[in-house]
Amino acid sequence: MLEEIKAFNNEPDNSPEGVLIRHVYSIEAEDFSSAGEVSRKIKNLLKQLGVDSELVRRAAIACYEAELNLVIHSWGGKLTFQVTPNLIQIITEDEGPGIPDIDLAMKEGYSTASELARELGFGAGMGLPNIKRCADTVIIQSKAGQGTKLIINFNI
Amino acid sequence: MGEYYHSVTLEKSKCMGCTNCIKRCPTEAIRVRDGKARIIDERCIDCGECIRVCPYHAKIAVTDPLSILDNYRYKIALPAPSLFGQFKNLSNCEKVIGALKSIGFDYVYEVAKGADIVTQLIREKLAIPDINKPLISSACPAIVRLIQVRFPNLLNHLVRIESPMEVAAQMAKKEASEKLGIPIQEIGAFFITPCAAKMTSIRNPIGNETSHVDGAISILDVYGPITSYLKIPDNTEKLQKATGEGLYWAVTGGEGRAMGIENYLAVDGIHNVIPVLEEIENNKMSDLDYFEALACAGGCVGGPLTFENGYVAKNRIRLLAKNIKNPAPLDPEIQYVKENIQWKLQKNIIEKPVMKLDSDIVAAIQKMETMERIHRNLPGLDCGSCGSPSCRTLAEDIVRGNASEMDCVFKLREKVKALAEEMIELSEKIPSGRKGLKSYES
Repeated sequence: MLEEIKAFNNEPDNSPEGVLIRHVYSIEAEDFSSAGEVSRKIKNLLKQLGVDSELVRRAAIACYEAELNLVIHSWGGKLTFQVTPNLIQIITEDEGPGIPDIDLAMKEGYSTASELARELGFGAGMGLPNIKRCADTVIIQSKAGQGTKLIINFNI
Repeated sequence: MGEYYHSVTLEKSKCMGCTNCIKRCPTEAIRVRDGKARIIDERCIDCGECIRVCPYHAKIAVTDPLSILDNYRYKIALPAPSLFGQFKNLSNCEKVIGALKSIGFDYVYEVAKGADIVTQLIREKLAIPDINKPLISSACPAIVRLIQVRFPNLLNHLVRIESPMEVAAQMAKKEASEKLGIPIQEIGAFFITPCAAKMTSIRNPIGNETSHVDGAISILDVYGPITSYLKIPDNTEKLQKATGEGLYWAVTGGEGRAMGIENYLAVDGIHNVIPVLEEIENNKMSDLDYFEALACAGGCVGGPLTFENGYVAKNRIRLLAKNIKNPAPLDPEIQYVKENIQWKLQKNIIEKPVMKLDSDIVAAIQKMETMERIHRNLPGLDCGSCGSPSCRTLAEDIVRGNASEMDCVFKLREKVKALAEEMIELSEKIPSGRKGLKSYES
């Protein structure tokens, strides 16, 4: 189920100066039926905000991939969408196996997706590379056995 | 012609102010205000969904009357491929073409023939390396406008080639003018249309300054006259020039079939097309060559201005196409087209950012926050009683200044209840100076 978590709204960490809008969504592991809904909502928000359509396209693709990463690889987590006067940020924080080798995970075609995810057509190993291609900057923090935090930035 | 000409219009006296059309509109372009539907011009894409769903037939498509022919010395009919699927017991297309000539046209140039030419032009385009894939068909004007309004970042995937209708109009006029020596401006070319979207495209073209077509006549308006001529015995004259593949453009999948390509996807029904466009937007379909999307179920045969059931018509097109033996246009003919008519779109197809809340991003964000706050307090039933299609759109209409929270019947009831309670409370208050008096006891 998709649910906006209001409680996270005032979390002090990872908030750059002057956040104008922040939405936090919880994402459940292996919930393929609603996979993609969060990124669709965010895409529509960006269109309503009047963000340049090329930027909407890049942010939507990265957001979709990041959302799917949580569904496929994590044990669940949250996705934060926030906008400052000069930045669009998509941040995912999950509990999960973490990424043991980030360089390897950034390689096209490398995937550790489960059999279930692969049967559904996911796990092509393009998620992180796609995110990197679309974003202006990407920060990955990961601890094996604990979880991953991904910060994706787009300059407005 | 104003910036927002629309063929789809409302016949106010028939509108009951129900919620059928507002719920069905793919661009949320309709509101009910003062008991009548109102179309938001900037958002309407002329897809005709509202015409189909209105139980009172209050939504109509304005097309040109047959009398428009009188304005021109030489009159050309440009029948949509879907026209040929409308008639029972038709063994070939010749009789329909003959009938068009009997009802006042001097010449008939099939749009299916235009489609034959466009098929080749798109096929060439597909062979170019590094084009944005999938290439999205621009044959259905409602889909092109949908992309302008809701998927602007897919505009650079659209095929920038004239529609079969525009190609047919130019070819027909050129042919007639050269053969008979009639100046082009005295020749009128009229599209026999299955839909409102094409009518709008003639008056207000996308990707061009002006259309080469002079008017659109609804299939419904020629159905009767043509049927009466079909009873007359066969003419032997061979008039049809299009191929079966060209005729197949009337049906979903007809474009991919005509091009003879394998890697294409064909989707019909505007509400089915939207999720696929979302997928393309998410970069999930870059391995696809061609995306053919049509707003009407079944393709143009399912257009709101057709007479016959779309699926019946689709089957007839299949049977008719099977028996056509005309050859596809060869290279010299395509070369002629390229050298003599306008076959590429002249203008960029531009974005219509009507969903934008404000041109200033900070103001837009503020409006969005207000909108979310209002939305959270609405009942979330999406009943449509307020005249907006959903609670979310009502919240949007409120921040845009076009509606108020009291338009929500549930909000209004809450307010009435609160006021009523307050009144009861007030009525129980006895002025202290009157306490103990008989009339206030018992």
